[in-house]
Amino acid sequence: MNMINLTIDGVKVTVPAGSTVLEAAKSVNINIPTLCYLKDVNQIGACRMCLVEIKGARALAAACVMPVSEGMEVHTNTAKLREARRVNLELLLSNHNRECTSCVRSGKCELQELCHQLGVDEYPYDGKKTESEIDELSPSIVRDNSKCILCRRCVAACNDIQKIGAIGVANRGFATRVGCVFDKSLAESPCINCGQCIISCPVGALHEKDSTADVWAALNDPDKYVIVQPAPAVRVGLGEEFGMPVGTRVTGKLAAALRRLGFDKVFDTDFAADLTIMEEGYELLGRIQNGGVLPMITSCSPGWIKYCETFYPEFIPNLSSCKSPHEMLGAVIKSYFAEKNGIDPKKIFVVSVMPCTAKKFERQRPELGHDGLADVDAVLTVRELARMIKAAGIDFVNLEDEEFDDVLGDSTGAAVIFGATGGVMEAALRTVYEVVTGKTLEKVDFHATRGIDGIKEAEVDLNGKIVRIAIANGTGNASKLLDSVKSGEKQYDFIEIMGCPGGCVNGGGQPILTATQRMTIDPKVLRAKAIYDEDEAKTLRKSHENPSIKKIYAEYFGEPNSHKAHELLHTTYTPRKKY
Amino acid sequence: MSLTNEQKEQNYAALNAFIEEHKNDRGPLMKIMQKAQDLFGYLSLETQTLIADALHVPVTEVYGVATFYAQFSLQPKGEHVLGVCTGTACYVKGSAAVLEEVERELNCKSGHTTEDGKFTIQATRCLGCCGLAPVMVIDEQVYGRLVPADVAGILDKYR
Repeated sequence: MNMINLTIDGVKVTVPAGSTVLEAAKSVNINIPTLCYLKDVNQIGACRMCLVEIKGARALAAACVMPVSEGMEVHTNTAKLREARRVNLELLLSNHNRECTSCVRSGKCELQELCHQLGVDEYPYDGKKTESEIDELSPSIVRDNSKCILCRRCVAACNDIQKIGAIGVANRGFATRVGCVFDKSLAESPCINCGQCIISCPVGALHEKDSTADVWAALNDPDKYVIVQPAPAVRVGLGEEFGMPVGTRVTGKLAAALRRLGFDKVFDTDFAADLTIMEEGYELLGRIQNGGVLPMITSCSPGWIKYCETFYPEFIPNLSSCKSPHEMLGAVIKSYFAEKNGIDPKKIFVVSVMPCTAKKFERQRPELGHDGLADVDAVLTVRELARMIKAAGIDFVNLEDEEFDDVLGDSTGAAVIFGATGGVMEAALRTVYEVVTGKTLEKVDFHATRGIDGIKEAEVDLNGKIVRIAIANGTGNASKLLDSVKSGEKQYDFIEIMGCPGGCVNGGGQPILTATQRMTIDPKVLRAKAIYDEDEAKTLRKSHENPSIKKIYAEYFGEPNSHKAHELLHTTYTPRKKY
Repeated sequence: MSLTNEQKEQNYAALNAFIEEHKNDRGPLMKIMQKAQDLFGYLSLETQTLIADALHVPVTEVYGVATFYAQFSLQPKGEHVLGVCTGTACYVKGSAAVLEEVERELNCKSGHTTEDGKFTIQATRCLGCCGLAPVMVIDEQVYGRLVPADVAGILDKYR
């Protein structure tokens, strides 16, 4: 590799050609302030916070887009730079809605942090403010442009990474704003509710539609029987909200905290992930044996599902008819559990804690319910749950580990890996292999399905029958994969698609890492590692070995894909127009 | 002017042909948008979506360009486009009162089109005939040295 030598603040640096000054500085632990820059997402040199002085250059340069060159002499910390950056920041603040005390991002805001760092102690350019136009029609995402600093990180996440194009930059000058075409709401746009925009936003211009008030109200209602279920990826994300390192497993503390919040039952979406494998695994076998529509594509990710319905409706017949796991559990709670315990399902309030904002939209789908009752009554993101735990005065970090409640809280290692890209595929293969071959799978780890590559593919030998599989994460990658299937270039039997890059571990409802953190930490990798560690630590690692799964089939559903299972655990999809 | 379905179809055929011819040019977006604006008089969401899909860019990008440049309009233009000059000379000579009278007479704000689709009112920059200030232009016809009382009579010719 062609290496380049330069000096930054007198420190000698050698980096690969093509690196930026910002990356070179980071490699020798020199932090240059940034705001619009977000590694792998947005690199446009717009905000001018990362200005540096380069010897011999006429003007100050933006480090995030300035490539290194041989012998370059860079200064990052001069009086001139500190002044230039501070004035830029003061100008950004001049029309910013500085409601910091009531802002959802207070304390975790990159703009606020920069003000501390650069010593902004007054607002010399106080002027006209961008009008507050809050778009809260979407069930998932709220946008408040009075806090937007026009960094375009959300636009890059939506357009370049996810290839949705729901939001863009409109108008010019002071009227410039980020939003949908013709001032439409996100709810009237092709937005898939993935929330990648939220976790890209440095400030409080984007956040999830808050459901904590609904959940508190249910918890305070003596007539309500309130049941909670956290998704697999929640247990590897939540700790970060309490200052724990990225990739910390907090399963036991999570169960304990939920119990302390006052939920009547603390179940686990992981149980339903095992149930999904039974239903989806048998659905796949059925399609293969009976000449059904192939490739079958997984249906756990509601961001992906809306993407498919909107951008690739021709693949709707390929979608597994399985509801997503938390919807399955909601349905099981309001039928099996309610009947068994003599509780009126109308009094049951099911709360899902999800790493996901699209689940808030999914919850409202009219087809996801039974007898006029929605399967799930409220969806909280990981961030919202953390806010509730803090509000309740629970010392999360020092909680003793507890277990989930019996039967609907029991799960295997196959369920927890749903949280990482490739996990549903691997979990399905563990079960399908044993069902088809009748043999015990000794090596349960399928390494071909793991890792954060955008698209993975492999062939699996099931007793002589070769099953061709593919995995895509992030809808941008899904689009590439589906195009190759559509053109006939590729043929597969089974495809897993997750709407977010890296899968649920990097979902739009997870704790937000700052751009500075994301320069050195990849949450997709660290949280996925925690997921696989959790899997390995489990005694049972195949869904069909879960004794509670065996029990529910014996007592209630009969067998996978039975009539009753179809009634409660499967769903339908609708083609959608972009506008 | 509102288009008949037949005109619309012809316009879309012409636009598609133009896109086909130019989509591989360097930076084709602006010229295709200009062509669409010429054909339709404005850029509807439908037209912008067609352009976006043909060029494989998000419609938000087309919309971003359409709202950045004043030359593009998002609304259909009226049968007659009426511009009142608000350049320096006309302004000093009282064009603000003329514009106000136009808005009152047509019951429509500047930048918009009357409900009956007859007039689109614009406050323009200098039209280059400052000697006639204050000036109003309807379609290609220039009316100069105006006072608000002249407005109703002139508009009557077009109503």
